[in-house]
Amino acid sequence: MHSALLAIDLFLVIEKLVLIIGIVSISLVIAMYETYAERKVAAFIQDRIGPNRAGPFGILQPLADGLKLFMKEEIIPNTSNRLLFILGPCLAMMAAMMTSAVIPWGGKLNVFGREVSLQIADINIGILYVFGVVSMGVYGIMIGGWASNNKFSLMAALRGASQVISYELPMGLSLIALLMVTGSLKMSEIVGQQMDSVWNICYQPLGFFIFLVCAFAECNRTPFDLPEAENELNFGYHQEYSSMKLGFYLFAEYINMFISSVVMATLFFGGYDVPFFNDAAHADWGNWLVALQGAVLLIKVCFFIFLFMWVRWTIPRFRYDQLMNLGWKTLIPLSLFNMVVTAAFVLWKSNGYKF
Amino acid sequence: MDISQVLFYALSAMALGSAIMVVISRNPVHSVLWLIITFFAISGHYILMNAQFLGIVNLIVYAGAIMVLFLFVIMLMNLNAETEPQKNKWLKLAGVVAGGCLLLVLVAALKQAEVKGQVAMLGTGDIGLIKNLGTALFTDYVVPFEISSVLFLSAMVGAVVIGKK
Repeated sequence: MHSALLAIDLFLVIEKLVLIIGIVSISLVIAMYETYAERKVAAFIQDRIGPNRAGPFGILQPLADGLKLFMKEEIIPNTSNRLLFILGPCLAMMAAMMTSAVIPWGGKLNVFGREVSLQIADINIGILYVFGVVSMGVYGIMIGGWASNNKFSLMAALRGASQVISYELPMGLSLIALLMVTGSLKMSEIVGQQMDSVWNICYQPLGFFIFLVCAFAECNRTPFDLPEAENELNFGYHQEYSSMKLGFYLFAEYINMFISSVVMATLFFGGYDVPFFNDAAHADWGNWLVALQGAVLLIKVCFFIFLFMWVRWTIPRFRYDQLMNLGWKTLIPLSLFNMVVTAAFVLWKSNGYKF
Repeated sequence: MDISQVLFYALSAMALGSAIMVVISRNPVHSVLWLIITFFAISGHYILMNAQFLGIVNLIVYAGAIMVLFLFVIMLMNLNAETEPQKNKWLKLAGVVAGGCLLLVLVAALKQAEVKGQVAMLGTGDIGLIKNLGTALFTDYVVPFEISSVLFLSAMVGAVVIGKK
């Protein structure tokens, strides 16, 4: 029995463990500096200076913020459901971290003669996995909001949940159109196809736009930040939270932003494909090529993160009925239209452009 | 005992344990959360049988959408342990008798079934993969598939009509 248990490839386990730890810490660090970037971008847009006291250019500001959150007194309300109150931020954080498992972060590294793929799990339902984890994200908000035993929190949790459910539909429909083009749900294969020909954004501009809007809504970012609309609901679903539990909720939002930027870059903008550059012809660069690919993916991701912030400090918040109308009466018909047109084109193409 | 068997027993224990917790939890919100864990365990079973598509769809549809609506309703009804009315003793007795009868029927039915000869294929079957499933649905079972989609469409139209009232 023991020999059979130990027969699993030990190197594979170590490889995946290192990969998981690496990717999780990279996403945490990026989310940390997103908070700094957000304040700097906001300052730039509003013609201010922004944080500049902690370290040169305020570069240590995220550390100071984190320390402050840890040092704060932790309060659990007496009338709250204690277990669920603690479970809420944990779930939010977990759902935010889980998506990164199926993202291909680069080509194959060569470590001591062993090929290491920079992707934790190359499952053949990659996109659906992302979609499944996104639909889990709503539990963090709902459980936290309900367990606080506060009217405003509950209202915000209901708003958040209905918003996420509503915007999942057009998101799924825009993904279906994308799947018709690629013919595969595997993330690595989708990136591979884009490396060989043009990026998917050329085939699916409308689909990308719908996906982008839905990603804003799923991350609860302005203009869709109704669950935490502070002037209507005090603070939204995390009103009763303090100290690092509040920090986890805020942090989960930034991780979500990072992950959805990565998903958008991977699905529509070629993933780790270096633009105007034939990756396959430079296979002799070895690990340097992989590093270049990873860096290019990060640059694309940084652009999307900047886009998130740019929109946040430019566009005011929607009213709740406007949000629902946009989701159900505009985006769903638009994505259905996109799906039908894409299907017609795919069929026309497979017929050899004949009627 | 190889790794997939270990996983199988762990997942089965998880599914059964959390299913029991669904029934015996006093707080309805806890029941819903235990039910979600049950769905996760069942999805794990699907993946163990190499049916990745079924596993993830089970999660998206049940854990991601239907359970959220359950949670919605239960949270809005505000069923706390204090405000919940105590159930009648006779009702409890009737429940025990009905449950016992169901157990009896299940035992009688399962005694006849040949379980030993039909061990589930672990990690080998490929009908649950999305490509094979799609091919089967759109060739062999295309008529039932289309009929059920029409049924869903009419249910959707019905929901919109009711919602407009």
